[in-house]
Amino acid sequence: MLSSRHLLGIQDITVDDIGLIFKTASEFKEVINRPIKKVPSLRDVTVANLFFENSTRTRISFELAQKRLSADTINFSASSSSVKKGETLLDTVNNILAMKVDMIVMRHPNPGACVFLSRHIQARIVNAGDGAHEHPTQALLDCFSLKEKFGTLQGLNVAIIGDILHSRVALSNIYALQKLGAKVRVCGPPTLMPRFIHGLGVEVSHDLADTLSWADAVNMLRIQLERQDVRYFPTLREYTMQYGLTMDRLHAAKKDLVVMHPGPINRGVEISAEVADSSSSIILEQVENGVAVRMAVMYLLAMGN
Amino acid sequence: MDSPLTQRLDLFLPGQLDVTLLRLCHQLIEHHVDFKSSVMMAIQPRGVYLGRRMHALIQGLIPDLHMPYGELDVTFFRDDVRRHASPLIANATKIDFLVEGKRVILVDDVLYTGRTIRAALDAMLAFGRPASVELLVLVDRKRQRELPVEAMYTGISVDALPDEKVIVRLKEGGGEDSVRIESR
Repeated sequence: MLSSRHLLGIQDITVDDIGLIFKTASEFKEVINRPIKKVPSLRDVTVANLFFENSTRTRISFELAQKRLSADTINFSASSSSVKKGETLLDTVNNILAMKVDMIVMRHPNPGACVFLSRHIQARIVNAGDGAHEHPTQALLDCFSLKEKFGTLQGLNVAIIGDILHSRVALSNIYALQKLGAKVRVCGPPTLMPRFIHGLGVEVSHDLADTLSWADAVNMLRIQLERQDVRYFPTLREYTMQYGLTMDRLHAAKKDLVVMHPGPINRGVEISAEVADSSSSIILEQVENGVAVRMAVMYLLAMGN
Repeated sequence: MDSPLTQRLDLFLPGQLDVTLLRLCHQLIEHHVDFKSSVMMAIQPRGVYLGRRMHALIQGLIPDLHMPYGELDVTFFRDDVRRHASPLIANATKIDFLVEGKRVILVDDVLYTGRTIRAALDAMLAFGRPASVELLVLVDRKRQRELPVEAMYTGISVDALPDEKVIVRLKEGGGEDSVRIESR
């Protein structure tokens, strides 16, 4: 059984929880590769997907995972809701729960929105991203993909490269990788480093070439163009020149690097098209594993009734 | 350690289990003759040691036989999946064939409430529509069936009380073969 009633963040769960999620996810991966990809496990569970922030792949991945588990789902997006009319988060959610919903999958622009909700409602909550705080299922699927590739994460050198400051993927990955015994280095321009990054016990580098030769695997973060209201670097071109992953740089690192990306890719910005499509890239495996991992998370949370 | 209050009752005398397994094999051969469209499927986790043993025994009795063998996990198909106090941990399903039009021999160690078998029938549909399904169990715990499920091939039938446990250990899982009822 998971140690927590909710999945709010990687910070709150244990190594055993992660192990149980991975074990369950690998069985679900076998299920979703069958001719008939559906199991009836959650046929008496209703899940509400509340997306107060835009998302395509995470929402689709969660929805597909719910359908594969035979759960009933309702979808809600902030753009078409009463949030625009001034309703509070708690009122919105309580209205949905009044319709007998068992589980909430929520993405919200404010960090801690899921924690707040967990203090006020009974339903299970899965955090699908809260501001720049955490995105636990992404970190779980990244680590699951690495485990598939390397067998274990113990002692693995993993670099997270790019916009660390705005990235919930980075924070969740740091927690997850460290819990599983990997060494973590973050790399990016000083302006895109959180001020207190050293407190997380990770190495910090501003040198891409050096980081690539150190790492066994790299997670290339997307430059979040929508969050660049302040100028963190002079031009995109300059960013790409310094931190963009190209074939030349990949080859210069000499060893077989595994390249990950949480998507959506800005081809030619943080990663070149050739690298994204190369045999080093496990980007599409990540997407496939995402469904299996999310099935495991929702299945395990729903069991603890 | 076992508590001193635990009582055990062995269901088989030494050597008797081997005879029973061989008898079950011959019953299968009697029904399936050449096993041309038969497949064997053992239920995870505890049916697989019995399944592997039975499959190997039949292959030994009919040298040129190649009967497909698979292992089926039914966890996600159980009707009590969310009613258990402890979590139900899934095991690997290893089936590299389709059951479409096949005569399936389903193997499990103990038949009790029948709910596992119901889940197995459901889980099997993901691999096609079998021509027929037969059930082989080593121990049939009669009396406490909750669903209308019966085994076609039975090693031994017992009347165990609800608070007793029927424990099947086979040497494939480590240790010695033992089939017994434990009560406290």
